[in-house]
Amino acid sequence: MIEISDLSKAFTLHNQGGAVIPVMAGGALSVARGECVGLVGQSGAGKSTLMRMVYGNYLANGGAILVGGVDVARAAPREIIALRREVLGYVSQFLRVVPRVPTLQVVAEPLLVLGVARDEAEARAAALLARLNIPERLWALSPTTFSGGEQQRVNIARGFAHRYPVLLLDEPTASLDAANREVVLGLIEEAKAGGAAILGIFHDEAARERVCDRLVDVRAFTPKSDPVAA
Amino acid sequence: MGAGEVSICARVKGQEGALLQVQGLGKRYGARIGCADVSFDLWPGEVLGIVGESGSGKSTLLSCLAGHLRPDAGRVMFRTDQGMRDTVAMAEPERRRLARTDWAFVHQHARDGLRMGVSAGGNVGERLMAVGARNYGAIRGAALDWLQRVEIAADRIDDRPSAFSGGMQQRLQIARNLVTGPRLVFMDEPTGGLDVSVQARLLDLLRGLVREMGLSVIIVTHDLAVVRLLADRLMVMKSGRVVEQGLTDQVLDDPQHGYTQLLVSSVLQV
Repeated sequence: MIEISDLSKAFTLHNQGGAVIPVMAGGALSVARGECVGLVGQSGAGKSTLMRMVYGNYLANGGAILVGGVDVARAAPREIIALRREVLGYVSQFLRVVPRVPTLQVVAEPLLVLGVARDEAEARAAALLARLNIPERLWALSPTTFSGGEQQRVNIARGFAHRYPVLLLDEPTASLDAANREVVLGLIEEAKAGGAAILGIFHDEAARERVCDRLVDVRAFTPKSDPVAA
Repeated sequence: MGAGEVSICARVKGQEGALLQVQGLGKRYGARIGCADVSFDLWPGEVLGIVGESGSGKSTLLSCLAGHLRPDAGRVMFRTDQGMRDTVAMAEPERRRLARTDWAFVHQHARDGLRMGVSAGGNVGERLMAVGARNYGAIRGAALDWLQRVEIAADRIDDRPSAFSGGMQQRLQIARNLVTGPRLVFMDEPTGGLDVSVQARLLDLLRGLVREMGLSVIIVTHDLAVVRLLADRLMVMKSGRVVEQGLTDQVLDDPQHGYTQLLVSSVLQV
């Protein structure tokens, strides 16, 4: 479901003398249906950059990123919008929502956008929030006022509301207590069993052991002759 | 909208479904460029943000698109019952009819888009009457329904907008614009000049309406936080020209043009 080949990326800083910073070359990996692949490599090695490129958040300079048959590296914005709506989910570490929108709506929104009936979408959202131990009295409130851990769980509920065939997970178990960590790992295992292709970053080694079928070390994609490193 | 499924597929496939196709649009003020060489397609249900500092040409562009200003160059093709029509070349009465039916324009200052001496209900009903509605009960019923949709209490229906807060006036302007079920909405800084908490409420309301009505929106703003939450796609303008366009979060998080990099790095974290 994810097929990446010869991927490269450099940042050009136009307002800092036009410095060009190559961050990736020859990136390649694949994730099949029902498979979870973990990205490893020390901080700054390019794990998040790679994830963001797969999501279409960062532009690739070269190579291909096939997600469900669409080449994200070349696709028009509207193709990526459709892909994100139906196929490609992303649980980032940060919750970004319109203030004031109730938590239940925040979680149900990916389903509403797909045209799922409101009561059905809200029922699915409620089930996920309950499972992730967000107290029901908070569902009518905006998550912007919640604690970090609560916001993360709302973010996870939102990411799992629609059963995306391809899912990107950035540290989904960070800052969760043991019980909630267990819930999240269960959600990941269920998504895999349902055929989802998952690409993730897990600093939690035990979690990584449990859900990942393979690991890919992104240091293999570090550009070789790095003119800026000096 | 039952056509939602179809439009999603059409959107991915090819060109047949664009609602608006802008080609080589330009406007000069004497020797000075208002905007130049602007081309883009807008599809049903898409929200396009246009950002840039004051004087960048974004308001000129919006005025040309909405038929308020006559461009000197280019075409603005809009999908009508009779296929794609160039709204620049179209006769004035026909363009005015589009402006009353298929288009809506939300001004930054609600007073520019409302009739301040007419009641809230009258402001909404008036637009319906402009497209031929005559039954008083039905008009008042529609006005009441729309006031509720924009979260204005029913008992304010006979009050004049001058008695409303800024946020309420803006919501009333939106109700007046959307009551006729337009397909394309132009917005000029719709959250400008409102308190932050009022802005959030308006953004939430707009997002819901865009989704429920399948609206296509072109929104001009200088507020990057607003476009991040509202726009699917983003165009960045400088000195009358589009310097960069793409997926909103991609343009904001991985800007390619020097000007966009400056714009993004100049604001507090959005």
